Amino acid sequence: MAEQADNKSPFTQPFNIKDCALVAMATGYKAQNLREFKEGLLRVHESSIYHHFWGRFLEPQFDEPEYSNDFASWVYRRLNEKALAEKLSVIDPTDYEDIDAIRHDLVECIEDVLYENEFVPWTRADEQFHFVRSQIVVLDTGRYMEIPSDLSFAVPEMTIGSIFYHFIDARRRTEDGSDDFSAWLTGWGDVYNDLRLKLMAVDPFFSSLKELRFQVTHVLEEYFGGGNS
Amino acid sequence: MNELLDRYAEVTGMDVINHISQLAAPLKGMKVVHVNSTREGGGVAEVLRKLVPMMDALGLDVKWEVLEGNPLFYQCTKGFHNAIQGFQIDLSEAMLEAYETVNAENAERLRSVLEEADFVFIHDPQPAPFLSFCPNRRGKWVWRCHIDCSRPYRPVWKYLRKWIHSYDASIFSLAQFAQFLPHHQYLIAPSIDPLSEKNIDLPEEEIKGVFEHFGLKPDLPLILQVSRFDRFKDPLGVIDAFRQSRKMVPLQLVLAGGGATDDPEGGKVLDEVREAAEDEEDIHVLLLPPDAHRTINALQRASDIVLQKSIKEGFGLTVTEAMWKGKPVIGGDTGGIRLQVVDHFTGFRVRSPEGAALRIRYLLHNMDKLKEMGSRAKRLVLENFLLTRHLREYLALMIGVLHGLEDRIDMTR
Repeated sequence: MAEQADNKSPFTQPFNIKDCALVAMATGYKAQNLREFKEGLLRVHESSIYHHFWGRFLEPQFDEPEYSNDFASWVYRRLNEKALAEKLSVIDPTDYEDIDAIRHDLVECIEDVLYENEFVPWTRADEQFHFVRSQIVVLDTGRYMEIPSDLSFAVPEMTIGSIFYHFIDARRRTEDGSDDFSAWLTGWGDVYNDLRLKLMAVDPFFSSLKELRFQVTHVLEEYFGGGNS
Repeated sequence: MNELLDRYAEVTGMDVINHISQLAAPLKGMKVVHVNSTREGGGVAEVLRKLVPMMDALGLDVKWEVLEGNPLFYQCTKGFHNAIQGFQIDLSEAMLEAYETVNAENAERLRSVLEEADFVFIHDPQPAPFLSFCPNRRGKWVWRCHIDCSRPYRPVWKYLRKWIHSYDASIFSLAQFAQFLPHHQYLIAPSIDPLSEKNIDLPEEEIKGVFEHFGLKPDLPLILQVSRFDRFKDPLGVIDAFRQSRKMVPLQLVLAGGGATDDPEGGKVLDEVREAAEDEEDIHVLLLPPDAHRTINALQRASDIVLQKSIKEGFGLTVTEAMWKGKPVIGGDTGGIRLQVVDHFTGFRVRSPEGAALRIRYLLHNMDKLKEMGSRAKRLVLENFLLTRHLREYLALMIGVLHGLEDRIDMTR
């Protein structure tokens, strides 16, 4: 299938491999209890919401995170509100049109808990949630992929910055909230539908970027036969 | 590729070096100056010793300048250090005058270098007033705070803030250290250099050699704390934890530290530690020279468990070093130790000597667990706390500062 499709599509541009680096910044907003947390969510710049869902992938983390975003993780670890943490964790940012819509749903979940509880859950002063935002610098690697089978050679060589940019950050840039690789394959018609579906099935929220590169490489190797096709 | 970069690629992988080189490309040729208060001793000097040549290897024109002080100046800046970490320290007019005079004199000495630079990184409070003495500066100035600034003593912070607020940006190690300032506050954790004498792999004989050299017992578990003799590192708490755990398991303790030239209080704390350890055959207090990097490396590798029982900690580079050598760390539940010691995974975080004693006993009774935690610790450092990550964030910050408030800086356009 791959060989048949590796004739250059007239509708598809070469894939420009980009790279990125992210640097975190303090916002000055912090929360010691659930009410302050809600206020913080309402006030912070949208880049802070972005950071706590996506940017954290480029921050120190250990193995598989238990929750899919920093908000859920703090609510569980510091406020001991497991049910709320679970609700916050199922919020999939790719389901939303923009950051403000995500913000709205996060706040809704919290307001439900504040309404139901007689006491506001709180934590120690030195375990507060600090809202962080980030600046992302996007770079051109000067490298291109001409045909889909190039993916199997290029992805294993990509920096974690490239993996972040094309597989995570892409989800807020592409029309259907997919990764850049899947979006590029769409331009080749239905030929690569199987591969697209397999790539889209890789859940990016519970692995480190190195692990993610490994998983994507594995999918590509299976499809293109060990990267030798 | 540059030889220095090649050597890092051997540790981190080529992709990491390619990434950094791409980030550095738009900054090539820019004049960058780092200023701090000492070339020897302390984490800042250690980071700069390699960060500067790395930036240079990437094509930036980098200089490292050191402020020259006098005893009253260092007494004042030690007071700043303690006050920023929350101690109520009142500084005399004479001290503040010495601080300002030393800064004015040093800024004058370095004026042309500072004013011509595209970027100036001022490290910690010692040279913070430099900016005010360089009215004709043309570049961007960034103040880098390496200290735990989560709850600074207000009068001292208000004094320092007047020197810092005019900077173009500041850098703190953790979000909880950031303070209200009228500019961007970047968050960059420090790092260790895997190729430095303190962190390179050592031959087995050299590691075993420390037992004979320092009169340690090869058959007794070794616990170690490496740090300056400073109250915030709680060396007396470590001795207490040792005494409590030794009731249950035989072991020996090494407290190893050096003095930094900008720390006049170190001698006093060292005397207290020596007094507390006086009658203990299995406590070894080692005052090491500032260049004893290889010895510290060997001691860390020879240890079974490393402690960093700090009460306050900026980041805790000794924690990172120990983890890089595959050692689990029992650390104080404070500052940057929280970012590194993932409780129950790469070590344990404790809040008391009793807590430290409990975890020492647990690990010495569960050697498999000890090894597993040590190996996770090494991986965490490899992926997050090496110099290459630190450098990457400095380069991203420099591009960020040049582009102002933009969240997304697309250099591909």
